[in-house]
Amino acid sequence: MFSNYIFYFLSALALYSSVMVLLSKKPIHSVLYLTLTFFAIGGHYILLNAQFLAIVHIIVYAGAIMVLFLFTVMLLNLNKEERSPKPIWVKAAAILAGIMLGLVLIGVFRGYDLRLIQHPMESQIGLVKELGKILYRDYMLPFEVSSILFLTAMVGAVLLGKKEQI
Amino acid sequence: MNALNSIPISYYLMFCSILFCIGVIGVLIKRNALVILMSIELMINSINLLLAAFSAYSNDPAGQIFVFFIMVVAAAEVAIGLAIIVLIYKTTHSIDIDVLNKLKW
Repeated sequence: MFSNYIFYFLSALALYSSVMVLLSKKPIHSVLYLTLTFFAIGGHYILLNAQFLAIVHIIVYAGAIMVLFLFTVMLLNLNKEERSPKPIWVKAAAILAGIMLGLVLIGVFRGYDLRLIQHPMESQIGLVKELGKILYRDYMLPFEVSSILFLTAMVGAVLLGKKEQI
Repeated sequence: MNALNSIPISYYLMFCSILFCIGVIGVLIKRNALVILMSIELMINSINLLLAAFSAYSNDPAGQIFVFFIMVVAAAEVAIGLAIIVLIYKTTHSIDIDVLNKLKW
């Protein structure tokens, strides 16, 4: 099937660029690889027929969050390598712990009976029309509360970024 | 172009688990606070993708709404986190997390 190859390509791209986020010495390269990861995950959303989430993901992550990261890297002049990397045994222990966590997760998921979930032939739930109905009918209150959360975050960011002390 | 019929959900489980573990390793091995924040973003993204995949496979739109709200919280978190990092850089002229050990003892 054609979508299988797209799935494999997007997964390989996401995994490669997320590994490169960690392997890059300069923070600006990490940010650019992270952008590539976000685009690959956006492709995954399109593959899942979740168009609304794909658009929101591209706008929020590749648009807003990446600009924030890039501005921070440029404002702080962080484009230099880490001065004192962690000792090698700490890194080895961390990588070992991460791989063991991955093995545990995969082992758990292999034992779970996933045939409980039926395969719908044609899923239309990811379209803007369907999600908009659900969002404004059933999840109206959380939607409004999230606007207050954004207002609080904005006030907090401005307050933290002020030059003089409060 | 619809992945739902040809790709089993366990592929998404494997992919998202590996992506989550890469994020965990990034949090553990990096000293730069900015890169640690990026690794947290990676973990949030893997969780989001898995939630969206389960929602699509079980034909339940509520999961995708939850993904939307998680994205809202993640955007607020990044804004505040980067403001804190800028503030840390202003006071200590470094964003190395090993400098920030005043609260350790």
